[in-house]
Amino acid sequence: MSLIAITEVRKRFGDNEVLKGINLDVAAGEVIAIIGKSGSGKSTLLRCINGLETIDEGTILVAGAQLAPDELHLRALRLKVGMIFQSFNLFPHLTAGRNVMLSPMVVKKVPAKEAQAEAQARLEQVGLGHKFDAYPDELSGGQQQRVAIARALAMKPLALLCDEITSALDPELVNEVLQVVGKLAAEGMTLLMVTHEMRFAREVCDRVVFMHQGRVHEIGPPEEVFGAPKTLELQQFLGIA
Amino acid sequence: MSPFTTWDIVRNLLFAAQWTVILSLVAFIGGGVVGLLMLFARTSKRVAARRLAILYIELFQGTPLLMQLFLFFFGLSLIGFNVPPWLAAGLALTLWTAAFLAEIWRGCVEAIPRGQWEASSSLAMSYFEQMRYVVLPQALRIAVPPTVGFSVQVVKATALTSIIGFVELSKASTMITNATFQPFVVYGFAALMYFALCWPLSKSSQLLERKLNVAHRNH
Amino acid sequence: MAYSLDFGALAEYAPIFAKGVAVTSELTLVGGVLGVGLGILCAWVRTDGPKALRPIVSLYVEVIRNTPFLIQLFFIFFGLPSIGVSLTEMQAAILAMVVNLGAYAAEIIRAGIEATPRGQFEAGASLAMTRLQIFRNVVLVPALQRIWPALSSQIIIVMFGSAVCSQIAVEDITFAANFIQSRNFRAFEAYIVATVLYLILALILRQIMRSLGTIIFPRRRVVR
Ligand SMILES: Nc1ncnc2c1ncn2[C@@H]1O[C@H](COP(=O)(O)OP(=O)(O)OP(=O)(O)O)[C@@H](O)[C@H]1O
Ligand SMILES: [Mg+2]
Repeated sequence: MSLIAITEVRKRFGDNEVLKGINLDVAAGEVIAIIGKSGSGKSTLLRCINGLETIDEGTILVAGAQLAPDELHLRALRLKVGMIFQSFNLFPHLTAGRNVMLSPMVVKKVPAKEAQAEAQARLEQVGLGHKFDAYPDELSGGQQQRVAIARALAMKPLALLCDEITSALDPELVNEVLQVVGKLAAEGMTLLMVTHEMRFAREVCDRVVFMHQGRVHEIGPPEEVFGAPKTLELQQFLGIA
Repeated sequence: MSPFTTWDIVRNLLFAAQWTVILSLVAFIGGGVVGLLMLFARTSKRVAARRLAILYIELFQGTPLLMQLFLFFFGLSLIGFNVPPWLAAGLALTLWTAAFLAEIWRGCVEAIPRGQWEASSSLAMSYFEQMRYVVLPQALRIAVPPTVGFSVQVVKATALTSIIGFVELSKASTMITNATFQPFVVYGFAALMYFALCWPLSKSSQLLERKLNVAHRNH
Repeated sequence: MAYSLDFGALAEYAPIFAKGVAVTSELTLVGGVLGVGLGILCAWVRTDGPKALRPIVSLYVEVIRNTPFLIQLFFIFFGLPSIGVSLTEMQAAILAMVVNLGAYAAEIIRAGIEATPRGQFEAGASLAMTRLQIFRNVVLVPALQRIWPALSSQIIIVMFGSAVCSQIAVEDITFAANFIQSRNFRAFEAYIVATVLYLILALILRQIMRSLGTIIFPRRRVVR
């Protein structure tokens, strides 16, 4: 059974239908890249999966539980699915370590000691064990994004949603973040990532989703999608038409 | 010449000024608590709660405080409570203060970037957890200067309670004037005392504001 | 205790309320116009005017902003006669409102002036305008436009504040309510009516300020 099952999902902003019937099944441990033009609905799809937007039609099942817009269901969902943002969104008033500890402590009621040890471990996992006491504004963009990953991991999610997590970074900082993500992929984390890093997508992902005008336009293993794009739109997007 | 020395006047005014201070503190603390509740309602996801908070804020900000004082004073006695002036004054000022603080704080909460809400949502926090651990700690920093600034309005507003008969600095001034026939001196000293209470608050609000702006620029 | 509200008992006092509305409107109108004028003058002194006057204006602004309007009013009406300045109730009330609004308006307008981009001053200077000409022709109107909403709110606050003028027997809305409740003891109803009248006046005033804004500032032309 798939970990995330998206069926006929539609989403409108006013008159603007942004998602026009999305179907996508993600197996546990799968790494999926979502590519597509600006405005094709990539972010909206991820945000719907995390319940940051409500869907108008269709269903989203995560580990068999249906996404519903009430507080209780949302909370349950978000305990299973973590999200990482383009703009990091670290809590500026808390140190890196505290950023990671906060949610386990207040949401899961993990005792402080335990949460601290867990935070230390997660920070080490992203190569920032020595930055526990640094505030976000004392960290580089790449480091902040890695703390954000550690923060999401501390909730022990079944899957991570990543929305262009390297787009706000200076080019020389992109790799340190991608390395962390690559390691997570290798360790079997389920990843759903919107990305413009085509090389990374080709190397790391199991499947690539090409979104176009609110639909899954093409989907397949990277060799197929990048090597033999079927549709004109994808060829144009990849710049080989 | 009146038998009152200047010192008599000052002494009596100072005594009455205590009540101005006490009433200000009560209104400010009480208003802070009610204001926080209103803030939660005003920024809540529930439409009904938001509407109610908006109505509350509009009513108390959109009518003269003096009318509110009268309505409390006479209204409460209508429904059978015999309200002494201090109670009507304390209640009305508290609710009035709450409306303004809620609105000031809402501005601060809304100044917190949306990403902070989304990140904390994605970490499975509830609305109260988000407010308590993520939004309010950040909003608090920017809320301090305008909140301190508003405390000046509260102190000045207590003067109106003299009109429903609460004896504080203004009421005492009128009473002492009636006894001494020295309005210039009495009201002059009263103004000086209000100034001594308010000016440090105004100044510190300004300084805090400036400090915050500098901190912002250095980020 | 059962008490039923009876607004009908107030009907015969409608003319008194009408008089009250007229007086409150007059106070607000005259106080508003003169107060904003005084505010502009003070803002000019504090930003671009004679340096010698600045401490005086600063002192005035600080004193007014840090003392209650009620005390200012009483000082003017009861206190000034003892140094030979006797005013009627209405004169004292208007003076108090002008002095009060002037101080707040000065601060608000000054903020608007200080938000003027440097380039505006420089452009004016490069066109050989004098400082005063630059202030009048280049700086002032955009500055007012910037702070028009804040200024409008302040005028409404001052109108609400004018309720205390009833305490020196100015026959405004509050005075009407006081008078009526002393006659028929329908205090609650009288103050409800008064409150609603203030509410309506505030709405009208806000609309007037908005219309005035679109007349004085026909297009969005504030440089930001
Ligand atoms: N909150 C919103 N309100 C109204 N319209 C929105 C909102 N969020 C997104 N949209 C619209 O939905 C469409 C898809 O937006 P989305 O952010 O999902 O695109 P995207 O594929 O992530 O693009 P990009 O590559 O630029 O991030 C766009 O047309 C956008 O204008
Ligand atoms: Mg996007």
